[in-house]
Amino acid sequence: MFEIFGIPSQALFGQLLIGLINGSFYALLSLGLAVIFGMLNIINFAHGAQYMLAAFTAYILLTSFDIGYWPALVIAPILVGIFGMIVERLFLQWLYKLDHLYGLLLTFGLALIIEGTARNYYGSAGLPYRVPDSLQGGQNLGFMFLPNYRAWVIAASLAVCFGTWFLIERTRLGAYLRAATENPTLVRAFGINVPRMITLTYGFGVALAALAGVMAAPIYNVSPQMGSELIIVVFAVVVIGGMGSILGAIVTGFGLGVIEGLTKVFFPEASNTVIFVIMAIVLLVRPTGLFGRRA
Amino acid sequence: MKKAFVLAAVAAALACGTAQAQQVNVKIGVLTDMSSLYADLAGPGSVAAARMAIADFTKANPNVKVDLVSGDHQNKPDVGTNLANQWIDVEKVDLIIDTPNSGVALAVNEVVRNKNKVFINSGAAASDLTGPKCSPNTVHWTYDTWMLANGTGKAIVKNGGDSWFFLTADYAFGHALERDTTAVVEKNGGKVLGKVRHPVNTNDFSSFLLQAQASKAKIIGLANAGGDTINSIKQAAEFGIVKGGQSLAGLLVFASDVNSLGLATAQGLIFTETWYWDQNDNNRAWTKRWQAERNASGKVPTMVQAGVYAGLTHYLKAVAALGSAADGKAVVAKMKEIPTDDPLFGKGTIRADGRKIHDAYLYEVKKPAESKHAGDYYKVLATIPAAEAFRPLNEGGCSLVKG
Repeated sequence: MFEIFGIPSQALFGQLLIGLINGSFYALLSLGLAVIFGMLNIINFAHGAQYMLAAFTAYILLTSFDIGYWPALVIAPILVGIFGMIVERLFLQWLYKLDHLYGLLLTFGLALIIEGTARNYYGSAGLPYRVPDSLQGGQNLGFMFLPNYRAWVIAASLAVCFGTWFLIERTRLGAYLRAATENPTLVRAFGINVPRMITLTYGFGVALAALAGVMAAPIYNVSPQMGSELIIVVFAVVVIGGMGSILGAIVTGFGLGVIEGLTKVFFPEASNTVIFVIMAIVLLVRPTGLFGRRA
Repeated sequence: MKKAFVLAAVAAALACGTAQAQQVNVKIGVLTDMSSLYADLAGPGSVAAARMAIADFTKANPNVKVDLVSGDHQNKPDVGTNLANQWIDVEKVDLIIDTPNSGVALAVNEVVRNKNKVFINSGAAASDLTGPKCSPNTVHWTYDTWMLANGTGKAIVKNGGDSWFFLTADYAFGHALERDTTAVVEKNGGKVLGKVRHPVNTNDFSSFLLQAQASKAKIIGLANAGGDTINSIKQAAEFGIVKGGQSLAGLLVFASDVNSLGLATAQGLIFTETWYWDQNDNNRAWTKRWQAERNASGKVPTMVQAGVYAGLTHYLKAVAALGSAADGKAVVAKMKEIPTDDPLFGKGTIRADGRKIHDAYLYEVKKPAESKHAGDYYKVLATIPAAEAFRPLNEGGCSLVKG
């Protein structure tokens, strides 16, 4: 066994892995934000609230309808995605032509309403949600004990991230979508229903947040403020990655998870500020973000 | 003889008359965390407790008129300070009560001292409030870090848990709790192998828990509170820390946390509190009323909320006895002079340094199978008598203590 900066290598590997696990949440959430910003030009501040809403949906499905984790993993994102689409039809669609600020204010207000409602009914301390039986326990990797559930989170998140990137960058549907953001009028001329596509895209972005929410429920307690605690960090991730860049969101999500994990070993007091320090540096050096295209 | 009797009767009638005629107006501000990690252990539940105390007191003393305001300090000392200033200067508030979060509490402590009003703290833990930062305007009611450390730390070291690693919330409260517990552990022959200080409101503790695991300490002391404690305990279970032979010591655990964790995860946890809703008939009856007032039958009140009720009741007694709430120092002096007596904490006293003295209890969380009804969470392991539960008067470094 060797040491790196006075930390035993074993402990360090463990911390790297933990960083990756947290990074998977950042990646999943920032991915949804990047999709919504890239395609709709909306800064979706309600993303954290939608993530929290899905965790609550999973909790309610379990306690009131006896529907377990695996079905909830599908049902909750669909329900919350539909909720997102209703919001898009009712409110957001009127804002695309206006300044970004209007979308930001509207979604921020929505987030406060959703969070306040949840707090009113469920209080702030949170509710317990068990790890599903099939993922109980864990593996001893020699350098650390890896709970099965966390391993599943990493795998699922990588798969979803790759799938989304492939869908948008490599398929015909994705090509339509990108074209529709560039020039909606022209794409319409080809007989494609652009508003519907935009609605579905928003729903998809929200469903990604919802998926992360259900995956987070067994790790963190299901609480009304679980989203607002995360959303600011996730925004920093998106800014560092480059607003709207899908690949950027994924790579920075995982990368910052690791950096944050290492900070927790070397200087734990700074672990919740390190991401913003990096954001400030990136903005100074590359204002469009690491993977952003110049406007 | 007859003359003396008549005189006495007249005097008594006059005394009654003046007492009746003298209307006392009091305004109370519940300064608390309404929306974040401490909102369930204090927050709206503390406001409900304050309303109950006011209703009970004014029913028996119709000449006292009490107004109530409440506000959210958002766990930010600057927000808390501003609100306290505004309440006292503009809205003429006489008493600020509750105030979880030691950072905010220490800031408000200074505001209230400078403006000569009264501060009854139930929600914050820092023992500095009755130590170096003690004030003639402050009463610290429910619990403090010294009492938690002493109760839980001593019991665990005596049972063989002699090596410790701390997960500490990185602010005044966490530091105080870590310091006080370290002192108790070392005094009883244990040692502290390491610590990690995490930011408040951390979501993921796995990184810190791995460090704790690597330290090989027998006991992992959680010097944090609210949502941070909940997540630490939950994730410690996930990473197999308890199964691996290490134990968790919750240094500050509230009934609302246990409610939130569920007994399956929280069982076996040992900690110290000063009040538990299911301990006796008085507490149960009060809890029923509180649930109705709070409109939440599934919630159970915490010791902080009980402390708000008891503290406010005692304050109102002192104000009624003085006939005025204007001079904060005088009210607190009166509060220290008359013995405390309320249905929740029983008989007790307030010391010169502002520390309220009552029994504390060492509890263990029941196994799910042992729990008979909703909210049946704790069994009592030991009662720590009032005289031993809190820091000895002369050890706090409070300037109000002579000699």
